[in-house]
Amino acid sequence: MISVLLILIPLVAGLISFFIKSNNAIKQWSLFASLAVLGVALWGFTCNNNCLNIDTAWLATIGSRFTTKLDGMALSLCLLSAIVYPLIFVSTYKNEYHHANNFYGLMLLALAGLMGVFVAADALLFYFFWELTLIPMYFLCSRWGGEKRIAVTFKFFVYTFLGSLLMLIGILYLYYKTPNHSFALTDFYALHLSVKEQGFIFWLFFIAFAIKMPIFPFHTWQPDTYEQSTTAVTMVLSAVLVKMGVFAIIRWMLPVFPLAVSSNATIVIVLSVIGMLYASLLAIKQDNIKKMIAYSSIVHIGLMCAAIFANNEIALKGVILQMFNHGINILGLWIVADAIEQKTGTIQFSQLGGLAQKQPVLAILFMIMALANVALPLTNAFIGEFLMFSGLFQYNMYASGIALLSIILAAVYTLNMMQKVFYGNTLQATENTTEISTNVQFALIVLAIGIIVLGVYPQPLIDLSKDTVMFILGK
Amino acid sequence: MNAIIISALMGVLLMFASMATSNKQIIKNAAIVALLFLLCSNIADTYSWCTIKVNTRDMFVFTKFGLYFNSLAIAATLIYVLLSGNEIIKTGNYAAEYFTLIFFVLCGISILSSFNNLLMMFLGIEIMSIPLYILTGSAKKNLKSNEAALKYFLMGSFSTGILLMGIALVYGASGTFDIHQVAPIGANGLQHAPLLEVIGLLLIFSAMLFKVSAAPFHFWAPDVYDGSPSVFSSFMMTIVKAAGFIALINLFYIKADSLAQLWKILLFIVIIVTLVVGNITAIFQQSVKRMMAYSSIAQAGFMLFALYAINDVSKEGILLYAVAYTLATVGIFAILVKIEDYTLEGYNGLAKTQPMLAFVNAIFVFSLAGIPLTAGFFAKYYMLAAVIKTGGNAGIVLVIIGVIFAAVSVYYYFKILQAMYFKEGDAKVNNVSAGFKYGLFLLALTIIFIGIFPDTLINWFYF
Repeated sequence: MISVLLILIPLVAGLISFFIKSNNAIKQWSLFASLAVLGVALWGFTCNNNCLNIDTAWLATIGSRFTTKLDGMALSLCLLSAIVYPLIFVSTYKNEYHHANNFYGLMLLALAGLMGVFVAADALLFYFFWELTLIPMYFLCSRWGGEKRIAVTFKFFVYTFLGSLLMLIGILYLYYKTPNHSFALTDFYALHLSVKEQGFIFWLFFIAFAIKMPIFPFHTWQPDTYEQSTTAVTMVLSAVLVKMGVFAIIRWMLPVFPLAVSSNATIVIVLSVIGMLYASLLAIKQDNIKKMIAYSSIVHIGLMCAAIFANNEIALKGVILQMFNHGINILGLWIVADAIEQKTGTIQFSQLGGLAQKQPVLAILFMIMALANVALPLTNAFIGEFLMFSGLFQYNMYASGIALLSIILAAVYTLNMMQKVFYGNTLQATENTTEISTNVQFALIVLAIGIIVLGVYPQPLIDLSKDTVMFILGK
Repeated sequence: MNAIIISALMGVLLMFASMATSNKQIIKNAAIVALLFLLCSNIADTYSWCTIKVNTRDMFVFTKFGLYFNSLAIAATLIYVLLSGNEIIKTGNYAAEYFTLIFFVLCGISILSSFNNLLMMFLGIEIMSIPLYILTGSAKKNLKSNEAALKYFLMGSFSTGILLMGIALVYGASGTFDIHQVAPIGANGLQHAPLLEVIGLLLIFSAMLFKVSAAPFHFWAPDVYDGSPSVFSSFMMTIVKAAGFIALINLFYIKADSLAQLWKILLFIVIIVTLVVGNITAIFQQSVKRMMAYSSIAQAGFMLFALYAINDVSKEGILLYAVAYTLATVGIFAILVKIEDYTLEGYNGLAKTQPMLAFVNAIFVFSLAGIPLTAGFFAKYYMLAAVIKTGGNAGIVLVIIGVIFAAVSVYYYFKILQAMYFKEGDAKVNNVSAGFKYGLFLLALTIIFIGIFPDTLINWFYF
């Protein structure tokens, strides 16, 4: 019931959006719709299994059912999406888009797709929503954004589409392996595949998810897409969309191919760690706030991927916790980036400086976001990264040690940005800037409170991940 | 038998109708009514409510599969005439001829869906092809159309010759035209069959590949599809091509359980070459019409998956594929013929000048690319599923190559989207009536409906 509402509300609201002509009305409408989704997501926490999930016939001839599964992990990601959306709409409330009704409509449709991915417990349904998120994203990135957006988005689309199709082959293969030909998650979990089969299908799924996350060497689409898209879209991409890949590995791969996961763990962890260091170094070299945040996102996601494949209790809890926290933190960074771009018209470090004199509130709030990005204790990211590193440490000391370098490098690039953008003398571009508007302040304050509260008391979120982790390790 | 007889009769009737009236609109409407009647009679045949019984001495076997395909083909033709009827009658002076020829093509298609005898197959192919040669050249004052007609005719008659040669060899070796008696398709037959029979079947197979424009017999296709009047190329690319596949499936399905390895290897090569040629060449096209011609070769490659797998899933799948591909292509061409400039630039800014047309065109493009929520997704899904169901490492390699090329196809299909939505320009579109728009919108809705509930289409096949 809840799961259907989570999909249906943004879907219907998004379709209605296309017919709203007034720019103000469309902003209010989409904010209202996203708040309604948030309400439903919160309601979900008070519900038992029966009111959360649904299981109804869909395609009888094929054996696919409309089945959902909202466990702790799915619930926390639904909550993340439901929190992120209103904050995006609030913080970018004053931004103007051409054809605003299409923009907000597509944003809401993407939300419907995301929710579907997180709740689906039927492989074909999952595939449907997986692709459905992509289509609105394709239009959002291609229609609004920088000059090179069309080519960049196209690369993104073809990449992910190829990945999805490979996954479809994997899904079909598993489908014909199930005794009663079904796509149900539970039937996939019950499969006993040979080592050879697992090793082969593993890659079909993993490539799809690795492109989405993205993991080195499949990451090349990401920095360009983040930079070229409108910031509101980038927020969705980086705060929620990349979590699809991480989530999908935990939900669709770990319990289905346990043997292949452990035999391929080394390769994946090595790739992830290489990617983390590589992206960290690139982040240091950037002169562009958006690209820096994009590379820093690759670092964090790489750590999540490595921790998943460490495949122990601590690491998995850390990943599920960090998925939520990373969404909050990176959203904060993007809101700051957008605020700076709106106020000064540039996002190049070299043209910025001394913003703290002009925008003290932004500087303080950004400091909190920056420290969270470095995973300082008492910020939410610390708990998640600590758990993941210690899980990785249990798996392999050296991998964990090398990966830890990324934390130091994170401090280098994040504080470097802080220093160049906010301190020093004002430059031409920043001389006449004024303090950020109240709606942006509000969004950032909410996030800052979230960062500190979850940094001090993360227990509720850790509890939320317990059932998922226990289930996977029990397999 | 209803469809075969009535479509031929309707064709003759329409031919004489041009003597009675010269009003093209009346003729068009008469054709629509005739198509409706044909559809009803075929449905009546399917459920044996009312059947014209003819003793065919086992030359035909009317299966549910064949009859259902007839209904789909006739319904698709009906949609095609409803959407593009006005363009058909504009092509030349004698509107009635074109509808007559379309009915004759349908007659050929109904034969191809139900033949049980190589001779009948030959007749079906010929009855279907000869009207097409004429339709290709129907724009008499257009040099390209004439060139295309001549090319198609020469190449087509050549392939007919090969087909006939093959049939003759098979008859010479086995003494029968009955497809059930023809041995070398099955694995056991292959070793014991005389060499002549194997060669004969290979020739038949090549000739059929020519008809469905699979590589390496595809060279006629781009020129013919590009040269013939746009209204007719969409008909040739879709309904006619689908009929070719149904004939192939009919021919091979009888030995599905023991299909010899030889055919699998041959098909494997043919499929990959077709996918490569169709997709890679389509990328470099500037004209949307020519791009669609190459993409139709690529789609044929995907449809051949059904033949490779040859099981019950592939039977359902080929029907779904035929429907999905036909509806989307007919839709795209219905818009294409109204656009002044056939190059990709001609589509620039269509979303601004004609938002409704751009939207439905986007749905058609999505369907061709195989994006979920459209019929095209389930079409591709069934093709992949059929091959994976048969299993085998070669099958897995085939589907992986298939999806890589499906991703390549997105590259050129989405160029249309980019032109419509993201590029500046003012696309010029002629004579768009409200009814035309609503028709296209309904078509797009149908595609989405099949994309969410493909069951509806497949269930009819069983009930």
